Amino acid sequence: MNVLLLVFCFVASVQWAPSEAVPFVIPWYGRWIVPTVGEVWPKPQQQTSSETFFVLRPTMFQFQVVGERCDIIDEAVRRYYQIIFYPGEAGRSPLSYPPPPTPIQEHPQFRAFLDAVEIDLKQPCEYLPSADMLESYNIKIDTPDNPLKATITSDSVWGILRGMETLSQLVYSSAATGVAYQMNATEITDFPRFSYRGFMMDTARHYMPLKTIKKMTDLLAQNKMNVLHWHLTDDASFPYESTLFPNISRYGSFQPFSHIYTANDVREVIEYARLRGIRVIPEFDSPDHTQSWGLGQPRLLTECYDDNGILKVPDEYGAIMPTREENYVFLQQFFGEIFNTFPDPYVHMGGDEVSYYCWQRHPEIKAFMAANGWGEDYTKLEQYYFDRLTAATQEITQNQMRYIVWQELLDLNITLPTGTVVEVWKGDYEGLSFNEELARVTKYGYQTILASPWYLNYISYGLDWEKYYLAEPLDFDGSEAQKNLVIGGEATMWSEYVDSVSVIPRTWPRACTVAERLWSDRSVNDTALAALRLEEHRCRLLRRGFMVDPSNGVNFCEQEWDM
Amino acid sequence: MTMKSISLLFLLLNISLGWAEPDIQKANLRFPFDLPKGNGAWIRPTVGQIWPKPQLEQPTDNFMVLRPNDFHFQITGHTCDILEEAIHRYYNLIFFPPRGSGTSKRFQKLSNKYSMTWEKNENFRGYLDTVILNVMQPCEKLPSLNMDEHYEIKIDTTDRPREGIILGQSVWGILRGLESFSQLVYSSQNGIAFQINSTMIMDFPRFPHRGLLLDSSRHFLPLPVIKDNLDLMAQNKLNVFHWHITDDPAFPYESRKFPSLSQLGSFNPYSHVYSPSDVEDVIQYARMRGIRVIPEFDTPGHTQSWGPGSPGLLTPCYKKDGTKDNFFGPINPVPAKNYKFLREFFAEIFQVFPDAYVHLGGDEVDFSCWASNPEIKSFMKQQGWEQDFARLEQFYMQRLINVTQDVTKGEMRYLVWQEVIDNNVVLPTNTVIHVWKDGNNFHDELARVTKFGYRTVLSSPWYLNYINYGVDWDRYYLAEPLSFNGTESQKRLVIGGEACMWGEFIDAVSVTSITWPRASAVAERLWSSASTNDPRLAAPRLEEHRCRLLRRGFNVNPINGVSYCDIEW
Repeated sequence: MNVLLLVFCFVASVQWAPSEAVPFVIPWYGRWIVPTVGEVWPKPQQQTSSETFFVLRPTMFQFQVVGERCDIIDEAVRRYYQIIFYPGEAGRSPLSYPPPPTPIQEHPQFRAFLDAVEIDLKQPCEYLPSADMLESYNIKIDTPDNPLKATITSDSVWGILRGMETLSQLVYSSAATGVAYQMNATEITDFPRFSYRGFMMDTARHYMPLKTIKKMTDLLAQNKMNVLHWHLTDDASFPYESTLFPNISRYGSFQPFSHIYTANDVREVIEYARLRGIRVIPEFDSPDHTQSWGLGQPRLLTECYDDNGILKVPDEYGAIMPTREENYVFLQQFFGEIFNTFPDPYVHMGGDEVSYYCWQRHPEIKAFMAANGWGEDYTKLEQYYFDRLTAATQEITQNQMRYIVWQELLDLNITLPTGTVVEVWKGDYEGLSFNEELARVTKYGYQTILASPWYLNYISYGLDWEKYYLAEPLDFDGSEAQKNLVIGGEATMWSEYVDSVSVIPRTWPRACTVAERLWSDRSVNDTALAALRLEEHRCRLLRRGFMVDPSNGVNFCEQEWDM
Repeated sequence: MTMKSISLLFLLLNISLGWAEPDIQKANLRFPFDLPKGNGAWIRPTVGQIWPKPQLEQPTDNFMVLRPNDFHFQITGHTCDILEEAIHRYYNLIFFPPRGSGTSKRFQKLSNKYSMTWEKNENFRGYLDTVILNVMQPCEKLPSLNMDEHYEIKIDTTDRPREGIILGQSVWGILRGLESFSQLVYSSQNGIAFQINSTMIMDFPRFPHRGLLLDSSRHFLPLPVIKDNLDLMAQNKLNVFHWHITDDPAFPYESRKFPSLSQLGSFNPYSHVYSPSDVEDVIQYARMRGIRVIPEFDTPGHTQSWGPGSPGLLTPCYKKDGTKDNFFGPINPVPAKNYKFLREFFAEIFQVFPDAYVHLGGDEVDFSCWASNPEIKSFMKQQGWEQDFARLEQFYMQRLINVTQDVTKGEMRYLVWQEVIDNNVVLPTNTVIHVWKDGNNFHDELARVTKFGYRTVLSSPWYLNYINYGVDWDRYYLAEPLSFNGTESQKRLVIGGEACMWGEFIDAVSVTSITWPRASAVAERLWSSASTNDPRLAAPRLEEHRCRLLRRGFNVNPINGVSYCDIEW
């Protein structure tokens, strides 16, 4: 009611307090929300908890690897010991509460000291995370069949990683008992709802230093996301240093020494992500969004003519020139390199927002169109480009390469190789509904991932995480089989207006809500309940040394960011 | 895609290309500059330009080179701790910015390679090894509303060839001059790490009150964050830190006389409070940078957090049936003991904060609780005010001013939010009215306030806490405080403005990056001449300034869309 009036008051108010706009009641004074203690984010599929607790002692504690082991486990054990006992980059000490009045052993809910957690991996490790990786795990802490013991069990190393993250979140500092590391008896059976839970990072509009990418990867792992979609290049710049074609980044990056990713940088990111169970999927968007490719790869882009057939000033180009044979040779070699550099079989080919303006005016293309009898149907030409591109890349990768593309390719009725994943990004703000698009894409039988409701780069004043949290990927009209084709989703952070200064606080904890939507059960959708856990999770991430913004308005964490 | 689409949009907006069908949604994004075609950053930064823009500048293409090992500042006039500290600070800012030392090293290496090639450059005028600092009057200890901030800089001018001098009547002017000087020094693409062009600058602020409000009540801001913002203020020539230290959610100010206020009213009485020494630390840090600290203790509303530590201060609210409902309203204006408390409290504030001005708040007083309270009802009746609670507010403010004048021997000066005057409270004529309502439609209020003869400070168009997608600094930049209808003498009553960063949705993590460099736009509006108002010309300078602040170690956001700095965060 009276939206206008409301908005007006809102703008004119020193204090922001329309309580109906937040999923909780704003109190008269003090913090708006009291966080939970020792709750897990994203919420596990099944958890039974108890009031009895264990106390962890940093000097006594150890992870005991009782099953299979490999480098991923060894690294994780070290990492999680630090996360639990010495969070934060600065090695901040744990909270110091006044010591308990009586020895903790006399506390009625005290169960025992927990000096070991067993890591029980049932199957040999896989080396690389993949689209098919298994991520389910069990945690038993002092259950009837596992009394006085704590065990993480999984059939896959990826499940063990997810379980260790959960375990680290179960440990809390208790203001009630004064114990720094305390954990309740509990049993958890957990697995993801969707297999593809991604985050897209754009390093073309602003360059993101390696350190930022690694922090982002840590945060993905701590929210059980498993895909880093690396939007590496775009019109603005080309920071990927290609081994075969070094000229592209030499001329197409913002700065060819400081603002590029070398082969070694890329390896480092991939390895960092692998150890955390995260796939790295690079995107080399073509045929459009390629302005930055042109400087270092002459004749790749379409020279642009005006309506009178006059060549526009020499620096105006359109999308990749689809009728030049040499371009497919280049693309074949280039994507061959990409396939060797990035171990995941999936590569994101882009394909969005192709402008036909320069194509329509280029004499060579016009002749080509006429020769093929395509009239003015330039989608045919785009289809031709993608047919050639997929043929070339399939050939050089011995049919190993798999594709993700933006939805336009499907919208333009371009036929895609089977096994291609279509990423749905339009809708909502364009007045279209992503539900219709999901129904359409899955009807064609393609697997799909959803990004439309999760464009986190669009910022707004006030609380906005609820809309990300409540976006439901399976609300569209479609058969069971269609719904099974929705393999997940992605939060995206396009970087026109954000760089490494703020990309982390702008992304987190807003992306946490996407993570829970994609991991937890569909029924976990009560924002009032989520707010309390999200509040704890935000303070947890802050304590671990990550610059994450406040999530629920007026509040505080025990340890604030103090640089 | 999103703003992949935006990059397409530039192309769309670009009529020369005229591609595809325009997209209404995205066409809402507006840019204060033309978007480039092809690849690369949207804005090319200037080199060695000053932000905010000086009043008068005569730059040339001649240049001098600074050598870190030979360079020094020479004090020829008066001196004091403020100047000594500033010399140390600016030497480091120029030669060893915290994160930028990498650049210097890189350029130094290059310069060895090109060994002195600049000496053959026809514009090379020599090495600038000495910059004279001449403070003509003895230093003042404290910055004040009346401080003199004029300064002049001469680098290799005709009357002083190959010399550098910064002069000013007051030490505050020299501080501003040092900041300008530090911004004139740049790393050139020719491999010279520290280069400065010959120039002459005469500069002074357009308005004397140029502030930033930070809110440490909605979220606690640790000292390092406050200090970072003070540095950034000095580097944008802002001179008032308006410290909105308390509000409904929390009372983090640790009072010596009334420690229970923060003991019971802060988020945490040990880790989330400002101790007396913290406050002193902030004041000194600000003083060294020529920045006044004006605390705000907002009353009678916005005081929920005062309640737990000060029983009886707030008005108990009553339900319709006449029973107490356990909520409290604004300060109870009836009991005499509340004024006794306020008198002592503000006496302490006046001692702790050296500036003559204290912000008394007075905004958004909710009358409904007052109206429900039987004690207040009978008081109103007794006064014959019926339901006119504005008179009760007036009564409160009047008493508050009386007791604080009394206890400070008439020395305390006030800032109040505009409601106080909107509700016709009579204020001492030297009170400053803070106009904050109505966003960009603040003109009527400025006209009204100044017609009453009060001085005024403007914040309405500069609520930086309201964030927007896209480039938004130009709207702050273009807000003109003197565009209202009024006489010359009315306009003279506008003493400046403040950018506000309310803390509901922001804490130490992002307060700096969200505030800056958006507040830089406000800083230029308040310092530079009214005619400095072309965002197209400002954008390249702002771009340079953003990278400069980043290089100096501050986490300030990108401001003009797609871009890069030599040294990233």
